[in-house]
Amino acid sequence: MGNFIVRFETFWDILVNKGGYRDVITGLQNTMIIAVLGLVIGIVIGTLIATVRVLPKYKRIVRALDSVCKFYVGLFRGTPMVVQLLVFYYVLLPLFGLRVPSVWVAVIVFGLNSGAYISEIMRAGILSVDPGQLEGARSVGFSFSAAMMKVVIPQAIKNILPTLGNEFIALVKETSVVSFVGAMDLYLAFQRIGAGTYEYMIPYLAMAVVYIVVICLISLGIKIMERSLRKGDRK
Amino acid sequence: MTENNVILEVKGLQKSFGDNHVLKGIDTVITRGEKVVVLGPSGSGKSTFLRCLNCMEDPTGGSVIFNGVDIADPKVDINIHRQKMGMVFQHFNLFANKTVIENIMMAPIYVGKKRLKKERKYNRATKKILKQEVYETALELLRRIGLEDKANAYPSSLSGGQKQRVAIVRALAMNPQVMLFDEPTSALDPEMVGEVLEVMKDLAKQGMTMIVVTHEMGFAKEVADRVIFMDEGVIAEEGTPDAIFNNPQTERLKTFLSKVLM
Repeated sequence: MGNFIVRFETFWDILVNKGGYRDVITGLQNTMIIAVLGLVIGIVIGTLIATVRVLPKYKRIVRALDSVCKFYVGLFRGTPMVVQLLVFYYVLLPLFGLRVPSVWVAVIVFGLNSGAYISEIMRAGILSVDPGQLEGARSVGFSFSAAMMKVVIPQAIKNILPTLGNEFIALVKETSVVSFVGAMDLYLAFQRIGAGTYEYMIPYLAMAVVYIVVICLISLGIKIMERSLRKGDRK
Repeated sequence: MTENNVILEVKGLQKSFGDNHVLKGIDTVITRGEKVVVLGPSGSGKSTFLRCLNCMEDPTGGSVIFNGVDIADPKVDINIHRQKMGMVFQHFNLFANKTVIENIMMAPIYVGKKRLKKERKYNRATKKILKQEVYETALELLRRIGLEDKANAYPSSLSGGQKQRVAIVRALAMNPQVMLFDEPTSALDPEMVGEVLEVMKDLAKQGMTMIVVTHEMGFAKEVADRVIFMDEGVIAEEGTPDAIFNNPQTERLKTFLSKVLM
């Protein structure tokens, strides 16, 4: 155990006195920026795709849009996130001669990727809402999009909130791959702390603890949100 | 019957779902203030007929002329016309995520905001006035059906009869020129049918144009100016309640009436 205490003291020294905490804070910040913005973009894309996919299919334009959406979902679910990140950063950006900070690349890729997953979650959510809700809204003169926005989607989101929470937690954890394109994240921060002394035991343990704490807080937030959205349910 | 008195004119209305021809050409004219009850066995197309009148189902043929505009034409902005046609459903279709008063206020606020934006008068002050006006109208409507104490309740806490009464005033909040009722009492417990019919009779007394698909023969006899009997996608017989119930002409209507408890 004495060994453990020495290791911990070394880690603490690097973390607090030698500025290791700065990397950790930047890493945590990046993790949250990427996961939160990724989720927001994902919900917007996912909702649009899901809406297209539940439309009646007797118009040619709807069928064409539906195929595009299916292709998009197939593409992003068919490749790992790391591969998408690498292709985006090392293939697409140089091809178009663009320079984008790697954190923003990660936000875009995470958004596009989660959009594909959320579209299926959202589609299930929309299908779970009684079609009468849409009819009721259309009958008083709401346009299709207004009826979806004000009546159907809020109820769909309430129904899929637990699953959406899963998706958000998965996104937070998956941010640990963004160091592949050179963005600071929790993994890179703790890896650097360990690198000076080749002593990884405590840094990686601390990393695990930080992830668990962050995700417990998120779970709590989801629970509170769900409670407020369930106001209209039978008690 | 002057031209101006006609509110709805249905010409050769057809509707098919794939190979299933539900409506095979319906012609009728509905005048302002008229109360029409549509009867018929299940599968006769009476609900589909009603749903075609405000294009909840797009007709596959013919025309529905509402105030001189053919709303079956896909180029017409149906939303504007639907605001003038209230609809009440069998399963109420109240917005589950909104309170009773929000259910009633939503559409008038949506339309009011649109109008203000179009007139470039939309700002915080006008929005507040609009909301206050709509709120007061909504409360007045709730008072009329004796449910003002339920204003802030969610639909899930109401009984079926209460839900349907709220659904009726939600449609009334838009000041419709015609009200469509699609079997409004079919999903209710028997002891709640009366309270909903009472609201509908009140509405009839005030001169509202009403088209009602129902199995309530008593309501048809008491309120209807005209009864339409539909069978297999066409109007098989129509006339005054007296003619329909006491002097049926077609064999089909005679069989139907003999099977219905009066």
